[in-house]
Amino acid sequence: MIKAEHISKSYVSAGHAPVKALDDVSFSVSDGELFGLIGPDGSGKTTMFRILVTLILADKGVASVNGMDVVKDYEKIRNSVGYMPGRFSVYQDLTVNENINFFASLFGVDKEESMPLIEDIYGSLRPFGNRLAGALSGGMKQKLALCCALIHKPDVLFLDEPTTGVDPVSRKEFWQMLRNLRSNGITIMVSTPYMDEADMCDKIALMQKGMILALDTTENLISQMGNQVWGVSGNNMYKLLCDVRSYRGTLRCYPFGNSHHVFFNSQEPDISDFGNYLWGCGNENVKIERLEPCIEDCYLYITDGRRI
Amino acid sequence: MEQRVIEAEHIVKKFGNFAAVDDISFYVEKGEIFGFLGANGAGKTTAMRMFCGLSRPSSGKGMVAGLDIWSASEKIKSRIGYMSQKFSLYSDLTVGENIRLFGGIYGLDEERMKKSGDMLLKKLDMYGEKDVLVKSLPLGWKQKLAFSVSVIHDPEIVFLDEPTGGVDPVARRQFWELIYEAAGRGITVFVTTHYMDEAEYCDRVSIMVAGKIVALDTPANLKKSYGVNAMNDVFTIIARNAGRNE
Amino acid sequence: MGMKKFISLVGKENRHILRDRWTMAILLIMPVVQILLFGFAISTKIRNIRVEIITEKRSEALNRFVSKLDANDYFIFKGYLNESSDIDSEFRKDKADMILHIKGNLDNMSGDPLQNIEVIADASNPSMAASEQLYSLKLIRSFFDRGMKKAGKKGGIHVKFLYNPQLDSAYNFVPGIMGLILMMICAMMTSISIVKEKETGTMELLLVSPTTPLNLILAKMVPYFMISCINLATIMLLSVYLLGVPVSGSLIWLCVVSVLYIFLALAIGLLVSTVMDSQLSAMLLSVAGLILPTILLSGMVFPIENSPAILQWLSCLVPARWYISAVRKLMIEGLSVRFAIMEISVLAGMALVVVSISLKNFKNRLA
Repeated sequence: MIKAEHISKSYVSAGHAPVKALDDVSFSVSDGELFGLIGPDGSGKTTMFRILVTLILADKGVASVNGMDVVKDYEKIRNSVGYMPGRFSVYQDLTVNENINFFASLFGVDKEESMPLIEDIYGSLRPFGNRLAGALSGGMKQKLALCCALIHKPDVLFLDEPTTGVDPVSRKEFWQMLRNLRSNGITIMVSTPYMDEADMCDKIALMQKGMILALDTTENLISQMGNQVWGVSGNNMYKLLCDVRSYRGTLRCYPFGNSHHVFFNSQEPDISDFGNYLWGCGNENVKIERLEPCIEDCYLYITDGRRI
Repeated sequence: MEQRVIEAEHIVKKFGNFAAVDDISFYVEKGEIFGFLGANGAGKTTAMRMFCGLSRPSSGKGMVAGLDIWSASEKIKSRIGYMSQKFSLYSDLTVGENIRLFGGIYGLDEERMKKSGDMLLKKLDMYGEKDVLVKSLPLGWKQKLAFSVSVIHDPEIVFLDEPTGGVDPVARRQFWELIYEAAGRGITVFVTTHYMDEAEYCDRVSIMVAGKIVALDTPANLKKSYGVNAMNDVFTIIARNAGRNE
Repeated sequence: MGMKKFISLVGKENRHILRDRWTMAILLIMPVVQILLFGFAISTKIRNIRVEIITEKRSEALNRFVSKLDANDYFIFKGYLNESSDIDSEFRKDKADMILHIKGNLDNMSGDPLQNIEVIADASNPSMAASEQLYSLKLIRSFFDRGMKKAGKKGGIHVKFLYNPQLDSAYNFVPGIMGLILMMICAMMTSISIVKEKETGTMELLLVSPTTPLNLILAKMVPYFMISCINLATIMLLSVYLLGVPVSGSLIWLCVVSVLYIFLALAIGLLVSTVMDSQLSAMLLSVAGLILPTILLSGMVFPIENSPAILQWLSCLVPARWYISAVRKLMIEGLSVRFAIMEISVLAGMALVVVSISLKNFKNRLA
């Protein structure tokens, strides 16, 4: 289990005001949970990971991993957790097998013993065992990095932005692998800038500017939103966006894939009046419907209005 | 008939025996937002580099902004804007210095530079940040600024290579509003992205698999013909069908 | 168990180096090229000194002198000039490197011959002019010594060059090249290879693992240590068998000093890597802070004794200065190790200081 209490961390660089990377962050992850830190670049996700895997020290606050303190017991933590930093940090000039063998001997484990655990992931890499890691595609590199992080059968796995820059299909596969690992009893903490991946986590923390904006299960976060999100679509989407925003009952409106998502000032907006207004502005084929909100709606709802 | 600003006919780009771009043909109309999608390594970046005049095809014909990509690649560069996720602005220069630098590169005169620069800062609500180093801006701002700078010379086409990677949801939407606004001014937008919701914002999208364009239509038609509700599903089906052989 | 991990770390480092064929090739070939360059390209120039002679009278003795001169490896006789000839223009037109002005008759020369022979050399390259002058004086003396002996006269002043009887520049530059190459490979390459792991993010992975930083560092040093030893052997073999520079002192002590120097250089590389975060800055710091001082301040190219006091003082901080001086004593002068104790203790002291600073500096966390 992972625990962080009131963690703060600032970076000081000469000639600049100190940058607050983390500002009083607290959360906990139960055993066997798949926990997601969701937030854009620069929201403090990487700093949080580095503190938990003992790579940097927090300015304030305490944290522990499986009961081991990240400052006092750093050597024990390093021996027992799996960590995959951003950017798929494997050795580009070593082959797939050489990378795996190296990390196996680094942790002093027999590769074969870990095979059942990584078989699912390693399977698709096997044909490329003798290929240099640098020559692999993004999705393959990501799998290799995950194999290396799992080679010593850790109880806790830290994955910092494992899906960034990977195409949507590979991303989906990757999350499936994480779900399988979780069912093996491994506690997983993962970060991502992609909001749609939040649905795959048991519990998430929405982060921004070093703070946790919301911390709960995705279902709870979404149900807290109620049913106040409406979708609007029409022929000329950009004109429609401007017109929706100019409607007096509109609180906020965002482009959202194939429709615009609208939040109204009142809980029970007068939709027929809204429709007439849009029609009157000259929009054609206007379709308005109540939507099930998603995590990205939550994020937009919580964060907008602040200057980011 | 609409004016075509990009036309590609049977373009092939080979590296040795490997065809990174394997016989693609399509066109883009003026003022269109054209989404250029595909998995990693499908050949998007290679194709984009040819249209920007950075490399030449192995065979095939292509026109960009009415200019031939074989004979006029240098002229093409002055008629287009380009921005990518990796490089867009000089992070160790200030906002104002970057605007002046790129304005100068694109050949704006002093008066126009001042006017466009002021307009740009006003539009982005960044007057206060004029003397701030670009590296200290949040990523979302940086990318919005980079886009605005890449269209400061009113190019005919702007090429955007994964412009919103890692940008937060709010800034990502503001970014797309800038794109809409530019398209409204008649600037053609050619964009690649990994966010499938962004594919929905495009007028038309093409999907590349292993160097070939396997689908090209409006998002609505693509969703209809694959019988799904979202571009994400279209993309997944296409990628699965392609067998994903590496 | 610990040993096995260490071996796998070393194995990984070896692979990195072996995979990077170009760097590997450069590291192994560089000493050879430098030895050849300094040994031949630079000394052939000194060898073929073009000489012209101004004389009033051609005599039998002069003919003998000229044929002896021409037969010598160092000189090429280009011809005679008149007394009225324009010496300046001969040099300007690059017809000669040196002109001998012989006054009077060589056949019946009285007193010191050098008083009657003027050596005019093009000193636009001062070190070359100095060598030319030395060579010619030696030749003239040996010619007249023999002539005088024949005539039953007592010999003149005898010039003898100690340690380096042929005045070969090889003797000077071999220790210099050793100092330079070992510093380059050990310090520069180690620092770059450590910083590279920081840059690519793999350092994070290594830190979050059961390895200790000490293991990590030692494993990085092993392959460069080996390459350095290979280079050391290459340089010594080439200089002994190709350039004919003998190892006149104790080979064992020479190796001991070299290993000490290699160790110091590796530690400096480590120190650089703890300060720098990018490969480029590590390389610049190595070149500006280590390689240039090694070339300029170690006595390899410019004799330290002639520099201003402040530079002499600064040169004491350059490890290569002490190493080169020790190698000169042990290898060329053939002195016993007692005479190099100063150098050895300075190097050992430096190693101790640098190792402790860099181990203290090497963080087992990031930033």
